Amino acid sequence: MALLDVTDLTVSFDTPDGVVKAVNGMNLTLNAGDSLAIVGESGSGKTQLAFAILGLLAKNGTAAGSVRFDGQEILNLPEAKLNAIRANEIAMIFQDPMTSLNPFMRVGDQMAEVLMLHKGTSKRQALDESAKMLDAVRIPDARARLRMYPHEFSGGMRQRIMAAMALLCRPKLLIADEPTTALDVTVQNQIMNLMAEIQRDFGTALILITHDLAIVAGSCLETLVMYGGRVMEIGATDDVFEAPSHPYTLGLLKAVPRLDVPQDKLQTIPGDPPDLTALPPGCPFSPRCPASHEPCLQAMPSLEGFGTGRIRACHAALEAVV
Amino acid sequence: MFATKSIADDLAGAAPIKGRSLWADARQRFFRNRAAVAGLIVLMLVTAFALIGPFIAPWNNEDIDWNVLGNIIEAGRPSLESGHWFGTDPVGRDLFARTVQGTQISLLVGIVGALISVVVGTLYGAIAGYFGGRIDNVMMRIVDVLMSIPYMFVLILLLVVFGRSLLMLFIGIGLISWLDMARIARGQTLTLKGKAYIEAAVATGVRPFTIILRHIIPNLLGVVIVYATLLVPSMIIYESFISFLGLGVQEPLTSWGALINDGASEMNNGTLWMLLVPLFFFVITLFGFFFVGDGLRDALDPKDR
Amino acid sequence: MSAPLLEVQDVSVTFDVARQGSWPWTPPHALQAVKQASIMLEPGQTLGLVGESGSGKSTLARAIVGTVPISTGQVLWRGEDVVGLSAAHQRARGRHVQMVFQDPLDALNPRMTVGQIVAEPLLTHFPDLSKEDIRAKVGGMMERVGLLPALINRYPHEFSGGQCQRIGIARALITGPELLICDEPVSALDVSVQAQVVNLLQDLQRDMGLALLFIAHDLSVVRHISHRIAVMYLGRIVETAAAPELIANPRHPYTKALIASVPIPSPKAERQRHRPVLEGELPSPMAPPSGCVFRTRCPIARASCAETMPAVAVLENDHFVACPYHSEGETPS
Repeated sequence: MALLDVTDLTVSFDTPDGVVKAVNGMNLTLNAGDSLAIVGESGSGKTQLAFAILGLLAKNGTAAGSVRFDGQEILNLPEAKLNAIRANEIAMIFQDPMTSLNPFMRVGDQMAEVLMLHKGTSKRQALDESAKMLDAVRIPDARARLRMYPHEFSGGMRQRIMAAMALLCRPKLLIADEPTTALDVTVQNQIMNLMAEIQRDFGTALILITHDLAIVAGSCLETLVMYGGRVMEIGATDDVFEAPSHPYTLGLLKAVPRLDVPQDKLQTIPGDPPDLTALPPGCPFSPRCPASHEPCLQAMPSLEGFGTGRIRACHAALEAVV
Repeated sequence: MFATKSIADDLAGAAPIKGRSLWADARQRFFRNRAAVAGLIVLMLVTAFALIGPFIAPWNNEDIDWNVLGNIIEAGRPSLESGHWFGTDPVGRDLFARTVQGTQISLLVGIVGALISVVVGTLYGAIAGYFGGRIDNVMMRIVDVLMSIPYMFVLILLLVVFGRSLLMLFIGIGLISWLDMARIARGQTLTLKGKAYIEAAVATGVRPFTIILRHIIPNLLGVVIVYATLLVPSMIIYESFISFLGLGVQEPLTSWGALINDGASEMNNGTLWMLLVPLFFFVITLFGFFFVGDGLRDALDPKDR
Repeated sequence: MSAPLLEVQDVSVTFDVARQGSWPWTPPHALQAVKQASIMLEPGQTLGLVGESGSGKSTLARAIVGTVPISTGQVLWRGEDVVGLSAAHQRARGRHVQMVFQDPLDALNPRMTVGQIVAEPLLTHFPDLSKEDIRAKVGGMMERVGLLPALINRYPHEFSGGQCQRIGIARALITGPELLICDEPVSALDVSVQAQVVNLLQDLQRDMGLALLFIAHDLSVVRHISHRIAVMYLGRIVETAAAPELIANPRHPYTKALIASVPIPSPKAERQRHRPVLEGELPSPMAPPSGCVFRTRCPIARASCAETMPAVAVLENDHFVACPYHSEGETPS
């Protein structure tokens, strides 16, 4: 049985400009211990997808469909039950660690609180456990660091603390939303290595949400590409990168310069990222798609399986995507 | 060649289209706010009352109606027949005409005070904030010093020493009203200074004063306008307070504060209209300004952008 | 040989940072944001400046533009020193050196129309131009950067990030500058839009003979657009070389670590790479390490590194490196 099973998830927001669908007909499955990257630009709905899974949507947002975690339906659960699942079973790491750390509390107290709340351990034990976890995320001198405040740490260190905090209750699933976007490239490398170690040592399943294709290549087994709230394609990372089956994925890959292979001129995807308030009726990528033709403007293509465990949503023939 | 298809389709060969400025956006948001619009209507009615009042009042504000003198409680109450729509004051002058005149003075004081603060305070604060360093230090310490003077005391002293006149009142209010505004404008300027468009202008070689006028002030205006609308009522309150102490404008001129003072002293004689009429105008105007100020703040709030 | 377009010689920039809780008259801390940086730029060339946040790359750019005062050193523009010019002369230089900024929306005054924004440098440097001339020039420049001239009366908030960056570029190029300084011009943009802006800059450079100083933290983009690359770390330029040479044959241990840290969007290539992790983070610029600033994270650091700031060694192919042990491998002896 899959650890996480999302079927037909739709997230919509009630805004002054009308109803906006941030996620539309999302399907994905994730097995225990696996890693999945969700790749998308701004307006792809990737963050709202994570928020919907965790029940963290803003007040004007509604989620419909089904999210099954460990066989249990968790979409739109009452807050009390969700609280037991969050942190305990599913944990999340955010782009900006400062927004989720209380600046007026010692790091140790914040970490211990999580354990005391969810596991009912004593304060002393909780602090011991926190120190061990800080050690595990390679924060030197963990004992002493427990007594420090969040602002006394650098950006990379804070992200490590967030990871340690997320792992305290040994969750089965870790969702990392752009965990390295605010960090420098050498520190990003450190954090991505840490993510890999966490996966290996704790057997945690990982969902990595990012806009950066490059960090996906070395970190996740599977990749899901989103655009305008829709799934464009899903597949093993190797397959998606070596033989993209969707014009959008292909365009993205060709638009990023590579350090190892010099390019004469970058290929571009014309136009701008989608405006969720004014999506076209058919495929959201159709206005920018080089392979766009009549059916693309009429209806969203359905998700179809092909190859070994790959899924794509495109009206164009597979051979046409090169 | 790179523009999105949709825009390109809309515009194929079109003449320059009009953009929607942030001001236009704000105006739209403001007019969607019912309380603010109601406040605006009230203010417009009060202003109309002050402007048109003198032409429709049957009585002059200086003339005493000898017929009612001595029997104010009976003959001086508000009535349509006698032409004293709002009644008369203790010495038999028509309260309608007096209220019109008081409204003029009170609004004038409020608006002049707010205007001085907008012009002087904004420029002063923007200059201090933009140039920073020593200039900023000196300019803001001057503000600190002026602020630490008990202004009400100084104002009263001014009125006592130089005599009570409208001009003195304006000078007194003008002296103090811009201080807060200068601080607000300076604070905003400091945040604006970090914007890349200011840096772009500096790097291009635009002169400092042009930058202040072209880039800083227009972006300050939102905050300034909101604060100014909230400043008008506080100026009116200052003036009322001074008039209430008997130091405001000189008879036969009057203001809301003076009228309320007159009315309050007659409270025990059964002529409550003398208090209630000016108080009514005073209160609805303040509410009007507060609602409009609130509406403007919501409309101009940059968070909503 | 004629003088290069821009020559920056041993430029240092120091900021005063007030001590916390001090009296107004206590002397402030001195923060050395840039220390003895030297770069050179020929007309029509692109110099990439890479470094992590806090490396001083943006400060160096601002020192060249003149919006940040230079403590010591020289900035030669066509062989003439421009440090210490009068304010009016500095302003006049704005015609030749222009900037493009990171956050495209932040760089445009929200109260002005696109036409007013793009026209501002023209109004500043050519006050005698007629309205029609300005309109024609602005329209032409908007078309050149891929915006419809019909949008001239729109406001910045009505445009997407990529379009705002085009407006910023149009503003920068309207006076026909010779040097364009791009401070992280694509890092705030979506991946699919980045390539558009990079290509646009390359096209404009070719057509207008522009020199570019391209500042970014993303080595892949810098490598793609630059002829030469300078690597900065904590206010020092640690290595400068031609772009292909620097990537293929990095000599400074920091450059090596930086290249190893850059992820490559190919799972196959990623598996074949050896990616040693550079431990630690940038030290505080308030208290930089003595001697070589990189020694606290350097895999080949030794005792002598703490003593003196390493001299810049000149290798073949115009390759400059500020490390005395540049020819050694990664294992310390």
